[in-house]
Amino acid sequence: MQDTSPRAKGGWTLALVLILCYALIPVIWLVSLSLKTPATVSDGSFIPKAFTLDNYSTLFQGGFDSPLLRPLINSVSIALIATVIAVTLASFTAYAIARLTFPGKTVILAGALAIAMFPPISVVGPLYDMWRAIGLYDTYPGLIIPYLTFALPLAIYTLVAFFREIPWELEQAAQVDGATPWQAFTRVIMPLAAPGVFTAAILVFIFAWNDFVFAITLTSSDRSRTVPAAMAFFQGESQFTAPTGNIAAAAVLVTIPIIVFVLIFQRRIVAGLTAGAVKG
Amino acid sequence: MSTAAPTQVGQPATARRRRGGPAQTSDRTKAERNLAYKLCAPAVIVMLLVTVYPIIYAVVLSVQKVDLRFPDESGFVGLSNYVSVLSSPLWWQDVFNTTLVTVISVAVELVLGMALALVMHRALFARGLIRTSVLIPYGIVTVVAAFAWFFAFDPSSGFVDHLPLIPDDKAWFGSRGSAFSVIILTEIWKTVPFIALLLLAGLATIDEGLYEAARVDGATAWQRFWRITLPLLKPAILVALLFRTLDAFRVFDSIFVMTRGSQDTESVSILGYNQLISRLNLGLGSAVSVLIFILVLLIAFVFVRGFGTSIPSQGEK
Repeated sequence: MQDTSPRAKGGWTLALVLILCYALIPVIWLVSLSLKTPATVSDGSFIPKAFTLDNYSTLFQGGFDSPLLRPLINSVSIALIATVIAVTLASFTAYAIARLTFPGKTVILAGALAIAMFPPISVVGPLYDMWRAIGLYDTYPGLIIPYLTFALPLAIYTLVAFFREIPWELEQAAQVDGATPWQAFTRVIMPLAAPGVFTAAILVFIFAWNDFVFAITLTSSDRSRTVPAAMAFFQGESQFTAPTGNIAAAAVLVTIPIIVFVLIFQRRIVAGLTAGAVKG
Repeated sequence: MSTAAPTQVGQPATARRRRGGPAQTSDRTKAERNLAYKLCAPAVIVMLLVTVYPIIYAVVLSVQKVDLRFPDESGFVGLSNYVSVLSSPLWWQDVFNTTLVTVISVAVELVLGMALALVMHRALFARGLIRTSVLIPYGIVTVVAAFAWFFAFDPSSGFVDHLPLIPDDKAWFGSRGSAFSVIILTEIWKTVPFIALLLLAGLATIDEGLYEAARVDGATAWQRFWRITLPLLKPAILVALLFRTLDAFRVFDSIFVMTRGSQDTESVSILGYNQLISRLNLGLGSAVSVLIFILVLLIAFVFVRGFGTSIPSQGEK
């Protein structure tokens, strides 16, 4: 029933091109800047007139003292640890909410939602003071703990939505057919739950990878500073050169994992993003 | 409400026994309840640890003079921190700035997000490609998005000043209006996809038959949109608006990267950061934090009570 005339096709192609330009122009601009030499950085051209990889190599010069290596290791480690812990805790909670009967379910879900809307800036002051008092300031756990707090609501909502769809009676069916409870769980339930768990993990990782407010307030050195915070504090090679090329190169590097995730898992990300909000 | 909902399949035994002997029921339900609380406890504790406790601590700090630069002068000062904040023109300027960014960006995002959702819903081909490309702005680190647009507009590295119709050496970050435009543009660019995806999921739940019937009755595309799509999408729109409004109200990253609040572009979050972290004035900064928290509560209250936004957790099956 849809209009498939050449004119309609032309219209859709135009819309597609516009959407692609919208999404990609800033990213292409960063890639272009990251490949330009300092002399051509201000020429305003999308295609660099003189290519260089210096912007990337200087980020890693000096090994662990380099501007980006430590922050990159910190970002990856902190985001991964936060993801594993958040998804594990959220799975317990989501299982209880989706399968067990107990008073207080609505309170937990409403509370989680309230936390998702909580302004982080309202707690950074107290956290700064508390973390300094108990030695968590400028450490991995000092960042992981707030990330868990703000990622858990997202993970719980996603997982509850997925767990509600799992036909749990299959577990008993497998046991009737002679499987042990462990086999029934690992062979039947785990494969069914995996996509949801995985989706929650991607969303939590993107959240932790993205954070800036906690990263600049609760760290003070490369010991635990993540890439977004490190980028904001990059210095030029001398007082008179802006570190544009270096920042662009670092920006491209932190964007690569996001683009890889999006390319491979776009369907899951969309399902996870909308699961909580629409199905409720 | 979930508590009233019957247990999911997989527990016929519980349901049967509940109807039967009350003595057995209480044991079984008690065990189930205990298990549920044990499973929920870790997540609940972590969530409270970094929100409820610190916000109470912020209230405590906000009625004291706590300046880490002058540690000896600490002491209880009552509401004087709040008086200082509320009587300062800077606070009201920042509230106005934050509201401005929130209202403009959310309004534009809603219109563009709706357009994008309709395009994605009706797309004839390349749906996967469209979805992949719009997810890039959503997934990209906010600081990176801010740098990308900063570098695009800044005269020393940008391409915008080289475009036709734009003065060659316009200093975008040198005046309030143009700096705000770029900040709002960045916010919009990053979050239109999020709104579009939420609305797209809502569109998918609308029965196509309604459109067919309306078409048979002679309704134009415009009428079909206003009379069918919009009313049926209202719940999804309100949820998207609530999330985005609260999110936009926290605007921090892009302003920090682009202007650090210069040219009168400071937001309330930047003000809080400056007081707390740059000036180490925890008392005054905490008063700002508590006031921001109250503003966010007010916005949520207006949405839930005033517009009847149904919070997702209450619409469970």
